[in-house]
Amino acid sequence: MQTYDLEADGLRGLNAALQAQATETNQTVWEVVNPRGSHAIAVGLDAPIEVNVKGSTGYYCGGMNKQATVHVHGSAGPGVAENMMSGTVVIEGDASQYAGATGHGGTLVIKGNASSRCGISMKGIDIIVHGNVGHMSAFMGQSGNLVVCGDAGEALGDSLYEARLFVRGSVKSLGADCVEKEMRPEHLEMLADLLARGKCDAKPEDFKRYGSARKLYNFDIDNAY
Amino acid sequence: MTDKPQTLPIQSATFTQEVNAEIRRAAATGIYDIRGGGAKRKLPHFDDLLFLGASMSRYPLEGYREACGTNVTLGTRFAENPIELKTPITIAGMSFGALSGQAKEALGRGATLAGTSTTTGDGGMTPEERGHSNKLVYQYLPSRYGMNPDDLRRADAVEMVVGQGAKPGGGGMLLGQKISDRVAEMRNLPKGIDQRSACRHPDWTGPDDLEIKILEIREITGWKIPIYVKVGGARPYFDTTLAIKAGADVVVLDGMQGGTAATQDVFIEHVGQPTIACIREAVKALQDLDMHRKVQLIVSGGIRNGADVAKCMALGADAVAIGTAALIALGDNDPKWEAEYNKLGTTAGAYDDWHEGQDPAGITTQDPELAKRLDPIEGGRRLNNYLKVMTLEAQTIARACGKNHLHNLEPEDLCAVTLEAAAMTKIPLAGTDWYPGKPGTDY
Repeated sequence: MQTYDLEADGLRGLNAALQAQATETNQTVWEVVNPRGSHAIAVGLDAPIEVNVKGSTGYYCGGMNKQATVHVHGSAGPGVAENMMSGTVVIEGDASQYAGATGHGGTLVIKGNASSRCGISMKGIDIIVHGNVGHMSAFMGQSGNLVVCGDAGEALGDSLYEARLFVRGSVKSLGADCVEKEMRPEHLEMLADLLARGKCDAKPEDFKRYGSARKLYNFDIDNAY
Repeated sequence: MTDKPQTLPIQSATFTQEVNAEIRRAAATGIYDIRGGGAKRKLPHFDDLLFLGASMSRYPLEGYREACGTNVTLGTRFAENPIELKTPITIAGMSFGALSGQAKEALGRGATLAGTSTTTGDGGMTPEERGHSNKLVYQYLPSRYGMNPDDLRRADAVEMVVGQGAKPGGGGMLLGQKISDRVAEMRNLPKGIDQRSACRHPDWTGPDDLEIKILEIREITGWKIPIYVKVGGARPYFDTTLAIKAGADVVVLDGMQGGTAATQDVFIEHVGQPTIACIREAVKALQDLDMHRKVQLIVSGGIRNGADVAKCMALGADAVAIGTAALIALGDNDPKWEAEYNKLGTTAGAYDDWHEGQDPAGITTQDPELAKRLDPIEGGRRLNNYLKVMTLEAQTIARACGKNHLHNLEPEDLCAVTLEAAAMTKIPLAGTDWYPGKPGTDY
C-alpha cells in the first residue's frame, strides 16, 4: 500500500502520482493521510486503483473519476465525484452540495446525508444516499439513478429529463415536471441491485419512484410559470 | 378624393412596422420570439472611433516593407504551455449542434491555415473538430454536455464560460429540430426535445468557488494548458477583476453584439452592454491589479474587419474573437440563397432563425442535405482568406500609426466621433481633448 501525506507533500504531487497509474499498475491501493479538507483530492484518475482518504475533503474530491475507487473516511465538501465517468466514490460521512453533479457514469455512495442539489444535471451516474438529500436534488437530471433511503427536500427532480429517482422516506415537494411513477417489477429489480451496490439495508418495496412527466420537453406557453 | 390639402400618413417612430409586426406575432402565438445572432439595434460601436494616423509628432512605418507583428501568446500566467497564435483574431465558441459538422470542420480548417485557434461550444468536442483544429479551446459550460476528462486533456486551452454577450445571465437553447441522433447522443438527451442549457454552473457559485473549480481543472490537466474565463458584457470591471482573482490566465469579454445560436430576442436586444463600452473597464481592472498583458484579454462582439481589430488592440485588448463574421465568411446569409430565404419569409442579411435548422447556406443546421451545401475545405479557405485580410488591414492601420506590432497601438491613437463613444471609451471627442467624465472637468 502506498501512503501519501497530503499536508507534507502537497496536492500536485498526489494527483500527479495517482493520475500516472496505468491500468496494469501494481500500486493498486493508496492511503491519503492528513487531507484536512483540501480541495480537488484524487481528481482526474483513470486506473482501477483504490484510494482511501483518511479524513474529510473539501471541494470536488474524486472529480471526473474514471475506473478508480475513491473512499473518503470522513465527510466530503461540495461537488464530490462531479462529472464522474466510471468507478466508485464512497463517502462514509455526509456530503455537501452538488454531490455527483453532472456525473456521466460510475457509482457514488453517500453513507450519511447529502445536501442540496445532489445529482444536479446527472447524466448516467448512480447515486445511493443512505440518509436524506436536500432541496433541488436531481435538478435537470438527464439519466442515471438517484436512490434516497431517507427523505428528500423541496423541489425534488425539478425540470427532470430521464433520470430515475427512488425515495424511501418523505418528499417535501416535487419540482416542476417531476411526478410519482408506477414502480414496476423491472424497477424493483434495478433498485435491488442499486441498494446492494450501495450496501444499503433497505427493501425495494419500501421506495417510491419519481420521474419526468415530459411536459417541459417542448416549449409551450402553457408551461410558463 | 378631395382637393383639400391632406397631411401625409405618418409612421410612428415608437410603433414602427417591425414593432407592430412583433405585437401581432406575439398576440397570435403566445410565445416570445426566439432567434440567433446578436443585437441588431444600432449601438455605439467601433465605427464611432477613428484612428488619427501619423503626423508631425508620430512617424509612420512603410506599409509594405517594415515589419508589423501580429502574433500573440495567450495564457502566460500559470499554464506550462501557453497558446501561440500568428494572428490575434480567434474563432469564438460555437457548438456542434448549433452548427453542422461541416461548418465546425471549416472553422477548424480556416483557423489552422491562418495560425489561430477555434473553440468548441455547448455539446462537447467532436473528433472532426479536434482533428482539423491545430489549436482548439474547449468550453466548460454549465450544461457539461459531453464534458469528459479525455477531451479536457486533448484541448489546447479550457474556456470556463460564465456568460455570453448576447445573453448575460441566460442559458442556451437548442430546439428539437436540431437534436439529431448524434447531437442527442453527445448531449445524453432524448432526440427531438427542445433542449435547455443551464444559465449557471451546477457545482459552483461565485468567484470564490470558481477559484476552486479552476484549481480542480488545472489538477486534472496537470497545469499544462491555459484556462480562460469568458464573461458577457455586464459589469466588465468587476467581472474581469473577479476572473483574475479566481485564477484566469485569459479573460474573454463578449459584448452585446456578440451572437448566439438561439435565445429570446428580448434578451439579445435588451440585456448587456455594447462591446466598446466594456473594453476600457476591463483593461482598467487588469491595470489596477497590475495584470495587463500578464492576463490576456480577448474581446468579442460585433468585430467585422481589421479596423475593428486594431481598435480593440488600441483600447487595450490582446486578441479578439469572431463568431458571426466567421459564419458570414463561410457563406451565411449569402444573397445567392435569396430565393430560399424568401421562402422562409426573410431575406439575405436578415436571416436569423438559426434555431429552426433550415439554414439555406447549410451552416446552422443538422439537416444532412442542407449541411452538404457547405464544402468544409472551400469554407476553410474562405475563412483563412478573411482572417488574412483582417490581419493585413489591422497591420495597415498600425503602421500608419507608427506601430511595429498590433499590441503597440494605444488609446492615444484614437479619437471618437460621437459623444456616446467618447464617454464609453474615454477616447477624446474628435477635435477636442475632452471626453465626458474626464477627470478635472465638470461634465
